[in-house]
This record gives sequence, C-alpha cells and structure tokens, in this order.
Amino acid sequence: MILTIASGKGGTGKTTVAVNLARLACERGMHVHFCDCDVEEPNAHLFLHPDLTMRRTVQLPLPVVDQDECDHCGACADICQFNAIAALPRQTVVFPELCHSCSGCWLVCPRQAIDQGLRTLGVVESGHSSSLAFTRGLLEVGETQVPPVIEAVKETPGAVDLVIRDAPPGATCPTVASLSGSDFVLLVTEPTPFGLHDLKVAITLVRDLGLPFAVTINRDGSGDDRVRDYCRDENVKLLPGLPFSRDAAELISRGQLLIDHAPDLRHALDQLLDAVLANQEVKSS
Amino acid sequence: MKIMITATGPDLDSPVDPRFGRGAYFVLVDTETRDHLAVSNAEGQDAGQGAGIQAAQKVAAAEAEALLTGHCGPKAHQVLSAAGIKVYNNVSGTVNDALESFLAGQLTAAHGPDVEGHWA
Repeated sequence: MILTIASGKGGTGKTTVAVNLARLACERGMHVHFCDCDVEEPNAHLFLHPDLTMRRTVQLPLPVVDQDECDHCGACADICQFNAIAALPRQTVVFPELCHSCSGCWLVCPRQAIDQGLRTLGVVESGHSSSLAFTRGLLEVGETQVPPVIEAVKETPGAVDLVIRDAPPGATCPTVASLSGSDFVLLVTEPTPFGLHDLKVAITLVRDLGLPFAVTINRDGSGDDRVRDYCRDENVKLLPGLPFSRDAAELISRGQLLIDHAPDLRHALDQLLDAVLANQEVKSS
Repeated sequence: MKIMITATGPDLDSPVDPRFGRGAYFVLVDTETRDHLAVSNAEGQDAGQGAGIQAAQKVAAAEAEALLTGHCGPKAHQVLSAAGIKVYNNVSGTVNDALESFLAGQLTAAHGPDVEGHWA
C-alpha cells in the first residue's frame, strides 16, 4: 500500500503525522519505506534520524547547440513550448533553466546540430532508521524543476507492506507528482479558516486525480467546527484526529516522536493508523 | 534603419508600453521613411514563461537595429545583445515621441538589463 500524506496548507502537521505513523507501523511489524517527497524542504530526517548510505544524482538532458553545424533555421525554437531556445539569425541561445527536457528540439533539428548535455536537478538519498527504510530527495539550490526529483524518490522503494510518502504543501506540480500512483491519500488539516480553505483546494485536486482519500484534523479543539461541517456536507470521510496539545509542539520542536513521549497522542495516532489500514482493506477486499 | 518600439496600441499615437516581453504591440518604424508596421504580441502576453526571450526573437527577425521600451529583463537583454540590437529603456510618451527622441539623439543605450527577471 502506498499512503501519501498531503494537506494543501503548509504547517498542518503532514510530517508529524507521516513520521509517527511510519514508526508505529514498524512497531506493529510491518515493513515500511518512508519517502520524503518534500524535496524543496525535506525535514522528516530530523525526526527519524536515518543512516543515509546510498546517494544518487538526478539529472535531465538539455540541449547543447553546435553553433558550427547550426544553420539557424529556428525549428528548435519553434517547437519549444517553454521559450527555452532563442533562434537568432546568426546564433542560437539556450536557457537551461527554462528547459523541460521534452526532447523536441533535438528530434526536430534537421541538421542534428543539437547534442544532449546533462543538467543536475538534485540528489536522492536512502538508508535506514532501525527497521524503517528511508528515502528523501534534495533539490539543487536555485533549481526549479521539482517533479523529476520526486519521481526519483518514488521509484526507490522495493516490495514492502507500506510506503508512506510525505508530500509537499500546495496543489501544484510537486504535490501532483507526490500524489500520483498512491493507493490512499490522507489529508492533514487544521480547524482554522486557512486550513479549511486549502483543504478544499486539496480535495479538488485528489478528486481530479481519482484517488481515494480521507481527512484528519490536527490540533483538533484549537479552532472551530467548520472543517468538520464541510466534511459532513461534502461527504468526505473524516478519520480520527490529533488533539491540540502544547506537549506536541514542544516534542516536535525537539525533533522527538509523539508516539515515544505522549501516550494520549500515541493512542490517537494508533487509532488513525487503524482507520487508514482498515480503509485500505475495505478497498482491496 | 529600422527600430522597434513597444506600444499599448498599433498606432504612432499609441503610448509606449513599459513592458517588453508582455507588451501589447510591437511597432516597427523605418527611421528614414517613417513607414511603420504594428504586430500584436498576444503570444508573448499569454506565454507561461520566456516572454522576453520570444519577444527578443521577434525584434531580431524583423531586422530592427534598436529596441525602444520601458524595461528589459536579463534574458531578453541577453538575446538582444547576442543579436546585436541596442536597447533603450525608460522610454515614455507615444510611439511618435519615442521616435523623435531617438532621432534627436536624446536616448542612451542600456549596457545591461534594468530590471530583475520574473523567473528564479
């Protein structure tokens, strides 16, 4: 089962839920692989302390124009949907940061004057934290092409009982890349107007992607009932949430797991994991 | 010589458009005959990215030797320099005003981009 933890709004507790559920599932004897898909700001390692033993570079091809062969016909610039190539009467200029590596330019070039160079987007690092397998992606500073790094993270896990993906916030390409291929999506929200607003966006997205999902409310009791009302009206499944707790904030600020130090939160997370797994069993049976 | 002026409309009376890549119209003017030809830049206005790059190619393809506009970012400036086109920024008034200022030698060519890129 591939479980993706997403939210829409940042700071609702995706990573908190993801790392604690991962460790709980391990304690239950499941083989779990944790994937930190928030490659722009990965932080799950702060809680799981994996020993990262493997590292590979994520690269994409980019066009390199042989100015001697090029006759400046402009076919490459015409086909480029990203304006990454400027064809001038006597020169062809490439802007690598705008390139999406679609291959169009070198396929269409009538003189085969475009070679493929390589552009490094980031790295993927893997290892273990006791019995928990762990992978994270790390985007190169200044790089804007995020999804290929996430795809490289996603293809790392082998056969396990449970893959938990920690998705980036928002509802843009990196989130879509993290969500696609999931068996179940858990949307973490908070009982605030911002939490509700972004939850609606996230629900629209997972519905568009056709993925089964449910919502859990973090810091429950700290705001109002609008998220709960919305889920009821929209017929969205609400799974057990986590109560608002100052202890949780203190533990997280120290990089500690809630399940190790807060029995009431461990109980809530146990119930949440039961509900997520039960949901999957219902679906597969 | 031919010069390109960014404009909010297609006529010589149209105000200069301060935007280059996403300017509304490009007015090509022959400085000797004062003949002019306006082309819409709807394509640039709708571009997801690289509007300045494609706009600079249009200027080069029209064989203009100078560009008169409001502001020009780093990528557009790079393409224009590669094409040997001089860039005059902070031009205001109508297309006609810009043309007169240029002919009177009142404009100074830019050595580099005068604004930051919109991309990273």
